[in-house]
Amino acid sequence: MTPDQLLIASLALPLIALLFNYLFSFHANLRDGTTVIVACLLFFVNTLLAAHVFDEQAVRWEGVEMMPGFRIAFSIEPLGMLFALVASGLWILTTVYAVGYMRSEKEANQMRFFGCFAIAIFAATCAAFSKDLFTLFVAYELMTISTYPLVTHHGTTEARNGGRVYLGILFSTSIGFLLLALAWTYQIAGTLDFKLGGILAEAHTAGRVSSTQLIVLLGLYAFGIGKAALMPIHRWLPAAMVAPTPVSALLHAVAVVKVGVFFVLKVAVFVFGIDLLHQSQTSVWLCYAAGISLLLASIVAMTKDNLKSRLAYSTIGQLSYVTLGAALATPNSIIGGGMHIVMHAVGKITLFFCAGAIYVATHKKHVSEMKGLGRQMPFTFGAFLLASLCIIGLPPGGGAWSKWFLATGTVERAVESGQSHFYFLTAALMISSLLNIAYLIPIPMIAFMKSPEKDGDCIDKNADDQRPNTSHEEHTDDHPATSGGEAPLACVIPLCCTALLSVVLFFAAGWIYDILLPITKS
Amino acid sequence: MNTVQFFGLFNYWVVIFLMMVGFYMIIARHNFIKKVIGVNIFQIAVILMYITMGKIHGGTAPIVKSEIAQHFAHHESHEDDSHEHTSSDGSKAEEHPFVDTTVYSHPLPSVLMLTAIVVGVGTTAVALSLIVRIREDYGTIEEDEALAMDRAQS
Amino acid sequence: MRNHLPILLVVVPLIAAPACLLLGNRRLIYLFSLVVAWLTFANSLRLLATVLVSGKLRYNIGNWAPPYGIEFVADPLSAFVAMFVSGMAAAVLAYAPRLVEVEIPAEKQHYFYSLYLTCLTGLLGITLTGDLFNVFVFLEISSLSSYALISLGKDRRAVLASLQYLFIGSIGATFFLIGVGLLYQVTGTLNMLDIARRLQELEIVNGQGIVMLASTRTLRVALAFMTVGLGIKMAVFPVHKWLPNAYTFAPNVVTCLLAATSTKVAVYVLIRLIYGIFTLEFSFDLLPMRYELILLSFLGIFTASLAAIFQSDVKKILAYSSVAQLGYMVLGVNLISAMGLSGAIVHMFNHAVIKGALFMVVGCFALRLGSVQLEDWRGAGKRLPWTSFAWVLAGLGLIGVPLTAGFISKWTLLLALAQEETWFLAGALVVSSLLAVVYVWRVVEVLYFGQPSQKVLEAKEAPLSMLVPTYGLILVMMVFGFWTEYSLGIAQQAAATMLETATMLKEVAK
Repeated sequence: MTPDQLLIASLALPLIALLFNYLFSFHANLRDGTTVIVACLLFFVNTLLAAHVFDEQAVRWEGVEMMPGFRIAFSIEPLGMLFALVASGLWILTTVYAVGYMRSEKEANQMRFFGCFAIAIFAATCAAFSKDLFTLFVAYELMTISTYPLVTHHGTTEARNGGRVYLGILFSTSIGFLLLALAWTYQIAGTLDFKLGGILAEAHTAGRVSSTQLIVLLGLYAFGIGKAALMPIHRWLPAAMVAPTPVSALLHAVAVVKVGVFFVLKVAVFVFGIDLLHQSQTSVWLCYAAGISLLLASIVAMTKDNLKSRLAYSTIGQLSYVTLGAALATPNSIIGGGMHIVMHAVGKITLFFCAGAIYVATHKKHVSEMKGLGRQMPFTFGAFLLASLCIIGLPPGGGAWSKWFLATGTVERAVESGQSHFYFLTAALMISSLLNIAYLIPIPMIAFMKSPEKDGDCIDKNADDQRPNTSHEEHTDDHPATSGGEAPLACVIPLCCTALLSVVLFFAAGWIYDILLPITKS
Repeated sequence: MNTVQFFGLFNYWVVIFLMMVGFYMIIARHNFIKKVIGVNIFQIAVILMYITMGKIHGGTAPIVKSEIAQHFAHHESHEDDSHEHTSSDGSKAEEHPFVDTTVYSHPLPSVLMLTAIVVGVGTTAVALSLIVRIREDYGTIEEDEALAMDRAQS
Repeated sequence: MRNHLPILLVVVPLIAAPACLLLGNRRLIYLFSLVVAWLTFANSLRLLATVLVSGKLRYNIGNWAPPYGIEFVADPLSAFVAMFVSGMAAAVLAYAPRLVEVEIPAEKQHYFYSLYLTCLTGLLGITLTGDLFNVFVFLEISSLSSYALISLGKDRRAVLASLQYLFIGSIGATFFLIGVGLLYQVTGTLNMLDIARRLQELEIVNGQGIVMLASTRTLRVALAFMTVGLGIKMAVFPVHKWLPNAYTFAPNVVTCLLAATSTKVAVYVLIRLIYGIFTLEFSFDLLPMRYELILLSFLGIFTASLAAIFQSDVKKILAYSSVAQLGYMVLGVNLISAMGLSGAIVHMFNHAVIKGALFMVVGCFALRLGSVQLEDWRGAGKRLPWTSFAWVLAGLGLIGVPLTAGFISKWTLLLALAQEETWFLAGALVVSSLLAVVYVWRVVEVLYFGQPSQKVLEAKEAPLSMLVPTYGLILVMMVFGFWTEYSLGIAQQAAATMLETATMLKEVAK
């Protein structure tokens, strides 16, 4: 197949998965089996495609003309290809994991669940391959809508409230700010196509837009892309944690949040252009907003006892790293940001997988209840430890490299602009890494070192924590009290894979660097 | 504006007066029948306005005198294209030695008003029949009472 | 045959309407009117195709040449409006029978179909006629039949709402008539094109010497009267009070039809008036109408959206939403740019489809649950999955989420505002569409997260005969969400034609 056909295949495969999911809804094994096969196929297609893209071949598909002047069009550049590879690769593992999780939890509406999942992956692929802001925006919104049923999967009051915050924030930011930013950009630049060097850079040189206007526009983008969870519009992310864990894993470690920061990076590189951001003072405020956001998020994460909330706040902090990378707009920081998308995705999905596995095996959600669980679930907590290293940025976790590049990015910016206040950001990165250690490492430590609590304690705590959903409570009662052993294999194998992957990526960072290098040139 | 001008526009003053009377009745009265009467007065004001604009001072009813009609009928039979004749009467009329000096009032506004009257009658009929139904359902034809009953119910 | 299409569109339903009453059998009447409606739709499609290919089509009724005779004019705008009006009427009729059986007493059903076709006649007549007085006549035909249609509702409040609509509607129509009269008084013609030409050419002597006819006070008064009259008909804020009650208490089928068509036709007349008869300069320079209408449209969008949020009756939610959405159309009309006008025109179409679909969903619920109170819809997501999901999809369209038709119109309007660099208005536009999220999602949450009410537990899924047309419209909405050659494309062509007429008239004056 030609690269262009591969592109179409890559877009079509999630939809085919959706179709199979519907057709085979009568038979769970058949349905889930086909989904996994299609997911593998998608990853395979994407690797083939990647070979072309990284070879610097142009791969594009003009798509359909939506309105005169606005097309749904696709054209792949390295950053997007990398994102698509990560999303499709992790989709396979998540599907396997989700099958294990959903079945052992006996969740209802599994067809809707996997169907929405496939749509979300479709949206992620569209976003990754988008040729212009317009297509990216459409994909972004499609993802918001398709993940809403996933977030509110349980159908309880709690889920409804979570969904309300989720949809409320994401819609109000994307419609209120982002759409406006798009219209403004179009008005200034006359196009919405991504272009290396930035479409606004030319307009700025031509004097069609002032620096103040650029700052406002950047603000509209930064806060309009709610999925990047830059404080203070991060509330939706913890709220969305009411979702089943596989959803949190794929969507809130990979697809949804990564679409957000991917969007931010794309805007920085292809709309504003590195040079424009770099030379003008447009993005200085955003650097600090991101810096504050990543520190605050890490601090809040330390106070959270609920494991998923802690991970959610950790995610908010890590996303701000990428935003910071985009705002710094030096070659190293852009590469660091792009790389952090990959590293954080792999690390955070492992952590979420672990959280889910712990919940499936023991129905424990709180960190303080996990004393001594490490002996019962050595693989899970071993993976947790590895992934924590990746998030913190310690070797042999892949995150070490991305944080390294981000840190050098701050130094680079400070040196080149001669403004030494940028060193504060270097310091912020370092402090944040320390905070990461403080909120992540205790978890495996407690699990491995402390002795288990009395059973009575656990039951009480669990009872407080039960969801008011009656149907669900029945299930949990049916659930065999797994006092010993790991979660089902379908849960454990994916998390081991991703943990190992995070280590592998430590050694493959050079490869990612080479891939991303072209987009930093203008 | 002097007195002559004021009285010259007499019809229009009447139109405005009637219009306001009708309008006020529709807005201020609670009784549905009175409201319908208001609508009628309002429409009559407009009809009067149209009729006034069609009237030309000293003009007669726009009915063609029989001798003129005969003359044109005679002339028309010699024309090849009778249709063209009617559609460009202004220029053709000069060619004829016979000139009709009668001043006619403009017929079209009156014709339009025939339609408007029909519409008005239709509106009145629908309104009255609706009022009959309201009387059956609510037992009253006062708007405020009917609304109060609805409020009490819900 | 092709040349007779404009008149056929009006005459076929006009003749069919009384013919309905002659047929004895209810079923037969339904089939007959269904055939007529779809035939009209087919004709309007053909007309649209003809107009798009070969340009404006003019038809002289009785072969009397204009300006003496009445002519029907089909240009891209009127053909487009006629297309979706007849299309929606046909779709709603296909959906109707089950609901009519339940909602309208058996002895009145043949009247219903007859009135339905009469209303369609009126609406199509308004769009196609080239004669101003004729507009009034058709306006009244459609209004009178819709008063009667609304009063068919079982609730006694329907009759009251209908009568209130009648009073205010008559005022509106009469205002329009006054405007027509004043125009006729100064121009001496009723043909739209002829009026437009004469307004540009004629000069008169008044107190200030020789002035253009177009600058006299009579004309300003005429335009003011006509705009207010049309404003009442299209329920623009603040003269929208009749609409919520009329929509709420009318039978559901009637609400579907009216919500999808009648207010849009009034917007069409406004466009015709501003761009085709009066010139832009007159409408917008001499009179500060533009700013007033933009202000009113935003006030309408916000107040009506807020009102929609706090309603407990789903039909009222949608009715207030209609008032708000109408604000977008009026806004687009008053932006006087090709982009803004085409946004308004395409929003007429998109909103007709979306609102039609939403009211169809309401009809489905009303049939199965016997109630349109939000309270009674609790938890319907499980018992009536398809109907509920239809609400979600159509609701997304109303919000204007990408890949639905609603997005196309909002995006076009936003671009138009961006073009003018009126960022304050652009901001207001996006904020206002967030209010739509609230009132749509409020219903979604009730459907999917509420504890099922007693009525829901006893209900079953809506019949296929109603779901199919509903989903048909939703499909249309989706298709025109990413493929807009025949919605936005035609709207742009129509807008271009209207603006061309406006500039052409200006040149004539020079």
